[in-house]
Amino acid sequence: MTTSSEDVLMQVGQVRYKKGDGTLYVMNERIAWMLDNRDTVSVSHKYADIKLQKISPEGKSKIQLQVVLHDGSSSIFHFVNRNGQEAQIKDRDDVKELLQQLLPKFKRKVNKELEEKNRMLQENPVLLQLYRDLVITQVISSEEFWSQHAAEYTQAKKSQRQEIGVNSAFLADIKPQTDGCNGLKYNLTVDIIECIFKTYPAVKRKHQENVPHKMSESDFWTKFFQSHYFHRDRINAGTKDLFTECAKIDDQELKKDIQSGIDDPLVDITSFEDQTLDENYGNGPTKSDKVSGNIVHQSMIKRFNQHSIMVLKASTVKQSTQSIQPQLNGSTPSASKTTTLSNQLDERPKIKKLRIQEKLIYDDLDATYDTNSNSSAPLNLNHVDRYLHGPVPGYSNTEPTSEELLITLNQLKKEASGWLTGNSIPRQLATSLVSPAAAVSALGELTPGGSLMKGFREESLGQLIPKDLEKELRNVYVCTCELLRHFWRSFPPTTPQLEEKAIRMHEALHRFHSAKLKPFEDRVQRDFSAVSQHLTSHLNQLLNTAYRKFAVWQQRKMQMRLLYIMLHVLY
Amino acid sequence: MKITVDGLLVYFPYDYIYPEQYAYMLELKRGLDAKGHCLLEMPSGTGKTITLLSLIVAYMLENPLDVTKLIYCSRTVPEIEKVIEELKKLMDYYEKETESKPKIVGLVLSSRKNMCIHPEVSKEREGKIVDGRCHSLTASYIRERHNYDESTPICNFYEGFDMEGKEQLMPPGIYSIDDLKEYGRDRNWCPYFLARFTILHAQIIVYSYHYLLDPKIAETVSKELSKSSVVVFDEAHNIDNVCIDSMSVKINRRSLEKSSANIQLLEKTVAEMREDDVNKLKEEYERLVEGLKDAHVARETDIILANPVLPDEILQEVVPGNIRNAEHFVSFLKRFVEYLKTRLRVQHVVQESPAAFLRDVQTKVSIERKPLRFCAERLASLLRTMEITDLTDFSPIILVTHLATLVSTYTKGFTIIVEPFDDKTPNVLNPILHFVCLDSSIAMKPIFDRFQSVVITSGTLSPLDMYPKILNFHPVIMSSFTMTLARPCLLPMIVAKGNDQVAISSKYETREDVAVIRNYGQLLVEFAATVPDGLVCFFTSYLYMESVVAAWYDQGVVDQLQRHKLLFIETQDSAETSLALINYIRACENGRGAVLLSVARGKVSEGVDFDHHLGRAVLMFGIPYVYTQSRILKARLEYLRDQFQIRENDFLTFDAMRHAAQCVGRAIRGKTDYGIMVFADKRFSRMDKRSKLPKWIQEHLTDSLCNLSTEEAVQISKRWLRQMAQPFTRENQLGLSLLTREQLEKEEYSKIEQKAQQN
Repeated sequence: MTTSSEDVLMQVGQVRYKKGDGTLYVMNERIAWMLDNRDTVSVSHKYADIKLQKISPEGKSKIQLQVVLHDGSSSIFHFVNRNGQEAQIKDRDDVKELLQQLLPKFKRKVNKELEEKNRMLQENPVLLQLYRDLVITQVISSEEFWSQHAAEYTQAKKSQRQEIGVNSAFLADIKPQTDGCNGLKYNLTVDIIECIFKTYPAVKRKHQENVPHKMSESDFWTKFFQSHYFHRDRINAGTKDLFTECAKIDDQELKKDIQSGIDDPLVDITSFEDQTLDENYGNGPTKSDKVSGNIVHQSMIKRFNQHSIMVLKASTVKQSTQSIQPQLNGSTPSASKTTTLSNQLDERPKIKKLRIQEKLIYDDLDATYDTNSNSSAPLNLNHVDRYLHGPVPGYSNTEPTSEELLITLNQLKKEASGWLTGNSIPRQLATSLVSPAAAVSALGELTPGGSLMKGFREESLGQLIPKDLEKELRNVYVCTCELLRHFWRSFPPTTPQLEEKAIRMHEALHRFHSAKLKPFEDRVQRDFSAVSQHLTSHLNQLLNTAYRKFAVWQQRKMQMRLLYIMLHVLY
Repeated sequence: MKITVDGLLVYFPYDYIYPEQYAYMLELKRGLDAKGHCLLEMPSGTGKTITLLSLIVAYMLENPLDVTKLIYCSRTVPEIEKVIEELKKLMDYYEKETESKPKIVGLVLSSRKNMCIHPEVSKEREGKIVDGRCHSLTASYIRERHNYDESTPICNFYEGFDMEGKEQLMPPGIYSIDDLKEYGRDRNWCPYFLARFTILHAQIIVYSYHYLLDPKIAETVSKELSKSSVVVFDEAHNIDNVCIDSMSVKINRRSLEKSSANIQLLEKTVAEMREDDVNKLKEEYERLVEGLKDAHVARETDIILANPVLPDEILQEVVPGNIRNAEHFVSFLKRFVEYLKTRLRVQHVVQESPAAFLRDVQTKVSIERKPLRFCAERLASLLRTMEITDLTDFSPIILVTHLATLVSTYTKGFTIIVEPFDDKTPNVLNPILHFVCLDSSIAMKPIFDRFQSVVITSGTLSPLDMYPKILNFHPVIMSSFTMTLARPCLLPMIVAKGNDQVAISSKYETREDVAVIRNYGQLLVEFAATVPDGLVCFFTSYLYMESVVAAWYDQGVVDQLQRHKLLFIETQDSAETSLALINYIRACENGRGAVLLSVARGKVSEGVDFDHHLGRAVLMFGIPYVYTQSRILKARLEYLRDQFQIRENDFLTFDAMRHAAQCVGRAIRGKTDYGIMVFADKRFSRMDKRSKLPKWIQEHLTDSLCNLSTEEAVQISKRWLRQMAQPFTRENQLGLSLLTREQLEKEEYSKIEQKAQQN
């Protein structure tokens, strides 16, 4: 389908593609290959689609050039110049160099968009799977995928991203492993390093100072792990230690916090006592005769506090710098920071008063307080699973704790309230569907052991299917549902666009059916004949319903057209 | 709403009322009618303060002649401020309903540290320094000196107050610390002295225990309060300790060395004065001959040095001749200090009665009892005469004179213990002389005698019969109220064993056992994984907590814990602890959740509330017994046994359980709140411990919750938390644990009372 207007910049004969010999054309906007003695192009890649080109390594017998596309597929051209290997290499290098010049021009155009898409795919495993199943198998086209199916992801991206905090146990997660001889091996990931830097800015500064001009990255971390700074039971690290200074900086930071005072009168223990007893009155131990304990323990306790405080700080630092913007997660920024000192003095009593009054409210005694009102900001999550599990290390169990279940339950409730009102305006209270008490009792009955679960046997299907098959099935399901969703959305087809879409989706469904579902079914039939029926029966049912609907619609349309023609004929 | 309580119209500033609040009012009214003392226990978070205030204010307005004043004592500054805010709310309600402000002046009195508005002095953080600097600007001789020497600095605010402040009374209203400061700033009056002056005619005073219980302060501040007052001690579960602490003195080597230095300085000053200005000393001598009447005449600012306890008869007497002369008195003091030094030179523990001590003083350095009694007053007079500005320097010698006066005044209820070293560090010689008050009723007696009604109330006073015994009074009303609940919002549990069935207990024999510590850790980790938001733990002592945390670190418990929540730990440094606390709250509020490890009897357990999400569960690791090997405690136990027929074990258990109850009670602050209380010690399930918990906790502690393993406890908590997380509306409560006015009127009063009362 080359238009003749396109200039052919280079033409290389004797190039083999998929066991057929032919000619490679390098043109203005694309690279194409034509089988010998044919006049249609069988391979054609726009430069914009090309991600990169690869060449076979030096010394290999086959001289090849591979073109990798953005969608992951690739084409390999084998240069088979009869004049020997050198000529082949020359052919290949000519093409390569020309491509090298051409590709960047196009790259720049699409780069940004592509990278964006690529990133999105990487961040959303579900979307990636969908992409693999639908686009790469060519059930639907790439454009359609991005415009229709990934719309909500592209939308979501525009809203402000939430800063992810630091996992409080990140240091504990760096589990040392013995390497067989007398050493310990620490596995550091980028995430963990990021965490360390966020939590301990002093270490980050040290890192910037020393790496790479004074020591290598790995040396730095070796020193870090050897340092007492990492080990919390440190008292006084040796003076030559690289991180001694960090500990001091941390201590100073903490002291500064203490000295700046505590705004909340309710927790400021130092000012609790109104008229303190003089030093030598009373029975209890006074400050002067300090209870001597284990200093190692005390400093460890101090370290724990410090660690927690710094972890907490790490996640709030970002917020305070962009203080004016409303937070996604509803925590109010401390506004007092920006006010001047004199203002602060004036503010204090007011803040104090507010804080005390807040504590005095008995919301059930006072009619003006509505105990039902739910004023909390809705949680906005991109990665629900990541929120629920946290960055879990591999070995921990994946069973959800009850806390997580509770959270999910709450989210479900929130979601459910949205269903009823039929819109997504948050905070709008829906009249509850079921009374909470009833819901809890129903939930109780539905958990194993409850009266509604008598005939339930957990192991029925779930245990017969291996994990990977289950995963595959899930993917098939996700794809089918996605397609079906769009199919059903085009009904009733009131506009020509919708009609067109319905037809398109119908085709896509069929394509999917043959490209994905059929092979899957066959495989299941072959390997797990016992359960094959159950597994896909529902899927087939879903598809058949859609087909039937489509058929009925088509029939109606035909009838309508017939009617129309007949009417037309009659008059 | 307006309700009638036994014929008295009470304005209650809410639209609904809890049944127990109503029952509380009924009992309180009866107590006031009988003009007697009351002991009332009402669960924390049921609005005790507002109930007390609204009834007593109504009573005062109705019977202005019977009750003229309300003295409300609370423990900490935040508590005091809360009371004032509630009072304001009540007054606003009165104003709204009756359309006229009730003619009531209510105010806070706090220390100079909190009330000072002097631009420089108020910058000081330490209370003692503020007091000292204030004194050096406001003492009468300083001001006199200022009259002829302009360069002598004085405090303008005090001068302003002295010029105009006393001529008119403060307008009716409720004044918090900040209000008083503002009022003072507007008029250029010193808020502290304004408050000191105003409490004499104010109808409602709110201040800390010490102003009434500590004789050193009460003498100057609360002396002239009228007899027909109602005194309320809120959060009074620890009142006996406050009484005892205010009367006890201890002296170590350092303070004696410092007093020697003080005496040298005194000697020098007296000698100089003898040369420069003989008249002054002569005047003083004359005055002392006249008698101690000048204690009354003295300007209020000078009374910073009041006598610890001056029985009235002493004031009538004349200072004995042998210490009237300044030089004689100084050498008298010198002898006494030297004597004390010899007493500290001991190798073994000595315990003796004040009488024996006096006899020994008599024989060794021939000091008689009578001049000793006047010691404190005589020193105060001398320091005044010598125009010493900064009294903080002289605190060691003042301490010694206080000891002298106390030891010669009281022969019963006190003991003297000299310990050559601290129990925990038996190798370090650090001799201390303790002069210990054993009888908490000594400090309470003048209050019970003087005021017509004293109300002692708290969330945890069980067992109620203990307090009348140790405080030696006879309440006319003694009552414990429950918490009427529409849903079981507290879940007390006793966890007696770990998952491996090893009994867990903090008793001395097993507390260092690895299995016990591991099981405690396991319990904590599992609860941290189950309970949302905040989780607070209490240990029995700092030392125990430190060793357990260290063991947990080695066992990896800390790492597991940090996977679920952030970890904060109370330390012995209160500033550090405050910082940890504020971060704990931050962590709970931003949804990350946190664990706070803390200590029973520590500052956190006594003063910080963990309401709602700040404390969804409280874990009590072990029974918080006081350190039983202490000789001071042993002496007190002995005294209690001999004088009040209280068995040692009974008292120890009582003391431990009230602290345990105090700790777990921190989590519940109201009926919409909910929290788990875990008592993690096998011994809690014994009847003698269980029965000493407050009724409102005991009620929910069924037998099935008394001997759980960690796993079982977690299962129960999960189910319960799910239930509690459901929305809880007012409709659910109405009629059961919440009453409208109509319901209140409809239901027979006796019925409500019955429901809310247990004994």
